[in-house]
Amino acid sequence: MAPSRCHDVIVIGGGVVGITLARELSRYHLDVVVLESDAEVGFGVSKANSGIIHSGIHADPATLKGALEWPGNEGWLRLRDDLGFGFAQVGELLVALSAEELGTIEHLHARGERKGIPGLQRWDAARVRAHQPNLSRDVIAALWAPTAGVVNPYEAVLLIADNAAANGVEIATEQPVTAIEPAHRGEPDGPLVVHTPTRTLATRYLVNAAGLRADEVARMAGVGTFTITGRKGEEYLLDKRLAGLVTSVIFPCPTPTSKGTLVTPTFDGTIMVGPTAEATDDKDDTATTPEGAQAVFAAAKRLVPAISERDVIAEFAGVRAVADSDDFVLGATGRRGFVNAAGIQSPGLTAAPAIADHIIEVLRDEGLELRERSDWRPRAEHPVRFSVLSTREQAELAASEPGFAQLVCRCELVTEAEIVDAIERGARTLDGVKFRTRAGMGRCQGGFCTWRCLELLARCRGIPMTEVTKRGGTSWLVRDRDDVDAAPSGGS
Amino acid sequence: MPITGQLRHLEADYDVAIVGAGPAGMAAALGARARGAERILLVDRDAEPGGILLQCIHSGFGLHAFDEEITGPEYAQRYLEQVLEHDIDVLTDAYVMDVGPGGRMKLMSPTVGVTGLDARSVVLAMGARERTRGAIRIPGDRPSGVMTAGLAQRMVNLDGYLPGRRAAILGSGDIGLIMARRLRLEGVEVVGVFELLPHPSGLMRNVVQCLDDLDIPLHLSTTVVGIHGRDRLERVTVAPVDDGREPILERSWDVDVDTLLLSIGLIPDAELARELGALFDPVTGGPVVSGTMETTIPGVFAAGNVVHVNDLADWVSREARVAGEWAAALATGARRPDEDVRLVPGDNVAYVVPHTISRDGTHTVSFRVKRPIHGPTMLRIGEVHRRKVRAVVPAEMVTLQLAPRMLEGWSGAVLRIDAVPAEAVVR
Ligand SMILES: Cc1cc2nc3c(=O)[nH]c(=O)nc-3n(C[C@H](O)[C@H](O)[C@H](O)COP(=O)(O)OP(=O)(O)OC[C@H]3O[C@@H](n4cnc5c(N)ncnc54)[C@H](O)[C@@H]3O)c2cc1C
Repeated sequence: MAPSRCHDVIVIGGGVVGITLARELSRYHLDVVVLESDAEVGFGVSKANSGIIHSGIHADPATLKGALEWPGNEGWLRLRDDLGFGFAQVGELLVALSAEELGTIEHLHARGERKGIPGLQRWDAARVRAHQPNLSRDVIAALWAPTAGVVNPYEAVLLIADNAAANGVEIATEQPVTAIEPAHRGEPDGPLVVHTPTRTLATRYLVNAAGLRADEVARMAGVGTFTITGRKGEEYLLDKRLAGLVTSVIFPCPTPTSKGTLVTPTFDGTIMVGPTAEATDDKDDTATTPEGAQAVFAAAKRLVPAISERDVIAEFAGVRAVADSDDFVLGATGRRGFVNAAGIQSPGLTAAPAIADHIIEVLRDEGLELRERSDWRPRAEHPVRFSVLSTREQAELAASEPGFAQLVCRCELVTEAEIVDAIERGARTLDGVKFRTRAGMGRCQGGFCTWRCLELLARCRGIPMTEVTKRGGTSWLVRDRDDVDAAPSGGS
Repeated sequence: MPITGQLRHLEADYDVAIVGAGPAGMAAALGARARGAERILLVDRDAEPGGILLQCIHSGFGLHAFDEEITGPEYAQRYLEQVLEHDIDVLTDAYVMDVGPGGRMKLMSPTVGVTGLDARSVVLAMGARERTRGAIRIPGDRPSGVMTAGLAQRMVNLDGYLPGRRAAILGSGDIGLIMARRLRLEGVEVVGVFELLPHPSGLMRNVVQCLDDLDIPLHLSTTVVGIHGRDRLERVTVAPVDDGREPILERSWDVDVDTLLLSIGLIPDAELARELGALFDPVTGGPVVSGTMETTIPGVFAAGNVVHVNDLADWVSREARVAGEWAAALATGARRPDEDVRLVPGDNVAYVVPHTISRDGTHTVSFRVKRPIHGPTMLRIGEVHRRKVRAVVPAEMVTLQLAPRMLEGWSGAVLRIDAVPAEAVVR
């Protein structure tokens, strides 16, 4: 039985692609829902990546990846201006370590200029050294691309999501889509019905932004024309002490399957090295491995010799969703109203705003009416970040609200008021609080603040401590004393 | 007497401000009062003074300080009562954000907001933090259920929750050993303690009372090499290590657990000293200190686990009292002693605290050995002092008293501290 209300657009997948698209759609008079299977948005690969908004020089312009990379970069500047998340245009240096690699640099330089990317320059060794004194002495030349930037990907996704929600998009988490069917038998081109374990929704248009599971979702709609495989990338974060080791993103010359291992000054100042690029049969395999670490550090030391595995404070891995075409799978399908935004491998974070624009054009072609709203609010109220304020601002805030005078995370200087605000904005899990506020990301890795965050989650959400999780599902954190034998209920 | 929760001396400077109200901070406050400081401030980030002692509900405290065996909270309470009797400002739920070179402090708390204040002397007593998974780089998944032993201790002892149903413990530090026993007593299955080194890292009495007495296996020269579980921890892979401490993966095995506690060491929580630019000892991870417990930043003292990780709160209190006394002395116009003798680690000694001393005071010299010696051991302070002990192990800090008379007639500048088998010492 089809539900009585029919939405205009349902987006499956609350990663950077789905969320950015939903926010763009919120400009129009449309009823939009995002269905995300995880406990929070952005918990897929969109939070587990290098966080680089690429300059645009990397991908072949004959591919969708290449065509959308540079417009995506420009889109991020607009998003940053609207939403004010951390985004710094630190520039990138693609370095040559051998004479053969000089040819690669020349090729990328010329191609980049044809794409219209501004500011590209070829630098000799002396210039490179003056700019980045800690680079290897073996660097003989580099291509400088000033348009590359770094973002906090999770912060960005969350703020884009908050803004979409403020503009009326419904973002529903813990809603894995399990089946898709026509709303009315005999109307194969008509509205669709989408099932999750707890909800049934009807919609006129359905966008498949389901990341690693996009092939499964396409099959549910009867248009399984592609398959997605996983390509894992491990990343290693180094102690804050090393901040400033490099001040731009350092790229080696690329290989056929990857851009290679990079040394990145993250937006928060820590140095990150990675990623690897390994095919994996298991799309959920986000384990780091000794081999991965070895490969990353061997490669990173070739670029910056002072880097050492001894300085690692945290590590993670993400899995790229690679379609069999090895390119983005974008656009209309054999089922009217069902549109793919799939196979979004790297540079998917960069390209996301351009993918959104592209998909909106596809939806228009499919017949979606786009009437702009006069009451659309592009700007969002930005959460307070106590640690970056001046002492005077801190004092004023603390005087106005005691929650800002109560510290929770010492390493990153996060106050109770910020944590409560994050929960009110939708953080449901410990990781959600961490990614929104940085509580637990510092030197002591949550040793001191985890418990306080747990208590605040339980209190603000009105749930028992035993139901708070790290990131949803069965990632429970504590059990009741009298509940040693029974499995905890879980929840999120 | 209630905790003041107020800064009563914002107008006049404080004589001594102390950061951290654990055993070190409280003893420093009492030392400062005894030596004549009038305006004393004791600040702690937690809701109650006591520091880590509050969650140490086991006994084993006070044998040296009070000549009887009491629990951590009791130990803290005894100090707190004295602190309150001495009319010391105690500010809790308060975080010291910054200490400037001239004793200018910036702190925040719900009762006073974000405030600056000046102190003539500062004592840093912030204690230590636990090393985490990142510090030892265990590869694998990142599920819930992997936590420091101290976090588990807090949830069990202060809040009445359990970390899981079946636990393994990595590292045989004291907190890990004590938590093995606590979890077992709470009905959690403890499958074993895994220690990278060929000898336990915690006190022998804890190995006996917490593991042996409860038949909890201790696997020496073994470590965790893999963590498995997407949401909650499901399994860890453990492997023996060779002489170079490299895991022998062919001999690894899996252990089904939903909880892994890490007891892999403490690091001085000394960021404030680092930000001040104080000189650090790479071995202790804490600031370099003189015989008065002053750091290399004049007027800034440090004591307790923020300087070097102690195994007994009693030692911390003793050392911190010295810091408090000298902080007060300097604040009230006393002259800084000439500290022209350096103490350096020699044979089989990892580190020595303090790093410098004067010739005219009595000093407690604390150090740790690198390797155990299971037999008569000679402890030497250069040529000036030696003492024979039954045995030494890295887990147990060693202390020696150095009196001015020992230095009479000695004109050197450096004293090497050694700990060697007694029979090897040629008289
Ligand atoms: C190590 C690494 C480093 C990278 N670095 C960069 C970089 O520096 N710059 C860059 O531009 N790109 C980078 N990328 C690529 C980039 O991260 C991705 O291209 C991008 O995040 C993809 O976004 P997405 O929204 O498509 O995927 P996701 O974030 O995975 O979102 C898909 C969402 O769909 C949900 N979902 C799946 N199935 C269902 C269902 N049935 N029902 C409901 N919801 C469902 C999932 O839970 C998930 O949240 C990197 C990738 C990796 C692995």
